[in-house]
Amino acid sequence: MSNELLNELTFFVLSIFVGIEVISKVPTILHTPLMSGTNAIHGIILVGAIVIAAGANSPVNIVLGLVAVTLATTNVVGGFVVTDRMLEMFKGRNQTAGRAQGAEAQKQAAPTKESTPTK
Amino acid sequence: MNTLIELAYLVAAVCFILGLKQLSSPKGARNGNRIAAVGMVIALAATVPQRHFTTAGVIIIAIGVVIGGAAGSFGARMVKMTAIPQMVALFNGVGGGAAALVAVAELLSFGQHPAFEVALPSVFSIVIGSISFAGSMVAFAKLQELMTGTPITYPGQQVVNGILAAAILGFVIAVLAVASIPFSFISLMVLALVLGIAFVLPIGGADMPVVISLLNAFTGLAVAASGFTLNNFALIVAGTLVGASGSLLTKLMSDAMGRSLGNVLFGAFGQTRAATAAVAGKEGRSVRSGSAEDIGTLLAYSQRVIIVPGYGLAVAQAQHAARELADVLEKRGVEVTYAIHPVAGRMPGHMNVLLAEANVPYEQLKEMDEVNDEFKNADVALIVGANDVVNPSARNAPGSPIYGMPILNADQAKNIVFMKRSMRPGFAGIDNDLMYDPKTLMFFGDAKDSLTKLVAAVKAA
Repeated sequence: MSNELLNELTFFVLSIFVGIEVISKVPTILHTPLMSGTNAIHGIILVGAIVIAAGANSPVNIVLGLVAVTLATTNVVGGFVVTDRMLEMFKGRNQTAGRAQGAEAQKQAAPTKESTPTK
Repeated sequence: MNTLIELAYLVAAVCFILGLKQLSSPKGARNGNRIAAVGMVIALAATVPQRHFTTAGVIIIAIGVVIGGAAGSFGARMVKMTAIPQMVALFNGVGGGAAALVAVAELLSFGQHPAFEVALPSVFSIVIGSISFAGSMVAFAKLQELMTGTPITYPGQQVVNGILAAAILGFVIAVLAVASIPFSFISLMVLALVLGIAFVLPIGGADMPVVISLLNAFTGLAVAASGFTLNNFALIVAGTLVGASGSLLTKLMSDAMGRSLGNVLFGAFGQTRAATAAVAGKEGRSVRSGSAEDIGTLLAYSQRVIIVPGYGLAVAQAQHAARELADVLEKRGVEVTYAIHPVAGRMPGHMNVLLAEANVPYEQLKEMDEVNDEFKNADVALIVGANDVVNPSARNAPGSPIYGMPILNADQAKNIVFMKRSMRPGFAGIDNDLMYDPKTLMFFGDAKDSLTKLVAAVKAA
C-alpha cells in the first residue's frame, strides 16, 4: 500500500468520525436545512469535474467534462442558495430568536420547559 | 505550489466542519451555511492554478459554470418553500450524476488495466453516483406529483432488483479483474441507473425524505470515492463528511417516524395489500361535518386551542391564514399553540420553516414531546391538513404501515376539528379512525379557504 493511499485512508476514516460527531446534537427543526447544507457541500465534486474538464482534448472528454461541470455547479450553487433561503426565515425576529435559543438549550439539558423564565 | 494547494484544501475542510457544526444550532445555522460556502470557494480557487488547461477545457468549464450557476440559483430562488424537499432531491441527484461522470472520465484515461486502488473507487463512484442520480429523480417526480406517490410494486420485484444487483456486481468484477473497457463501465452505469429507479419505485411518497437523505449520503460517498481516484484530499474529506453525517441524519429521520431504515426502504413489499384490505373493511362508517360558523363559534369560546399543521397546510400555502386565525383567537384571549410532529410536512423541520415564513412566534411552536400531555387540557385540536401524524392506528393497529410511529395525542382533546380536502387517506395511504371519532367535526375544503372562512366566523362570533 502506497504512502499516499495510506494518508487518504486516514483522512477518510477520521472524516467519518468527525461527520458523525459534528451533527449528533442537531434539533429536529434544523434537519431540513442541515440536509440541504450537506447536500451543497458534496457539490465539492465540482473540483473533480474541473480537474477532468481542464485537460479535455477528445470529443468524449469534452462532453463528459461539460456535463459534469454543469451538473456539479448546479449542485453547489443551488444547494447553498436554497439552504440560505430556508435559514433566512429564522432571522428578523431578534426578540424571539434568543428565547428559542434558550429553549433549545434547555430542552437538551432537561425536558422541563414550563419554567422558562424568559417567557 | 502543491503545498499551498494542499493547505488551501485543509482550510476548506475546516470551513466545512465548522459550517456543519454551526448548521446544527438554530443561532449559527445561517452563518454555518456561509462558512461552508466560503470553504467551497477556497477549494475551487485552489484547484484552478494547479491545472494545465486546454482551450476546450477553459471553454467547457466556462459554459458549464454559467449554465449550472444559472440553473442552480434560478431553481433555488424560484422554488416555493413547500417544494423544498424535491428541490433538495434534484440538487442531490445532479451531484451524484457529476460524481459518476467524473469517474467515467477517469477510467477512460487510465487505459485497460488501471491500478486496483484507483479502479475500485472509480467503479464504486459510478455505481453509487448513478443510483443516487436516478433515485433522486424518481424521488423528485414522486414529490412533485409527476407520478403517483403510492408505492409501485409488481410481482417478482425483489427478484428483478436482485438480478440487477448481481449484474452490477458482475460488471464490477469484469472491470476490476478482466479489462476496464468502455463497454463494461457504461453498462455498469446504465444498470446502476435502472437499479436506482427500481429501488425508489416501491417506496411511498411519505418516506421520500428518508430516501433523499440516504441518497444524499450516497452522493457524499461517491464524491469521496472520486477523491481516491483523483488523489484529491478536498473531495475525500468533504465527501466523507457528507456521507457520515447524512447516514446519521437518515437514521434520525427514520427514528422520528418510529421505524427502522430497513422497514422504510423495503417495507412496501406485501404491506400495501394488508393496508388496502383494512381500508376496504372500514367503508360505510359515518363522519360528522360542521359549518364554518359552528366551528368558528367553537373556537372563539375555547380557552385552549392546539393547531396541528400538516402537509395539506403547506400545499395550500395556508401558513399565513393559520397565523391570522391564531391572531384573532388570541385577541379574544384564547391560548393558541402549534403542535409540530417531527415529520410534519414532508421533511423533519419542514413545518417549522413554513411557519417561520409566516412569522409565527417561536414560543407558540411546540414539539411533540412537550405538547403531547397538553392535548387533554385543550378544548379544540384543530388539525389542518395533517393526517398520518394523528392517526391512532399507529398506536393500536399492529398491521398498519405506520404502527409504532409516535403520534400527536390529538384524540385526547375535548373537541377535534379535522380540516381536510376530502376523505382521501393521507400520504401513507391508510384510513384514519380519528375522522370517525364522535368528538370529531370534519371541515372539508382547501386549507387556505377554510382557514379564511374560520377567521371570518370567529370575528363574527
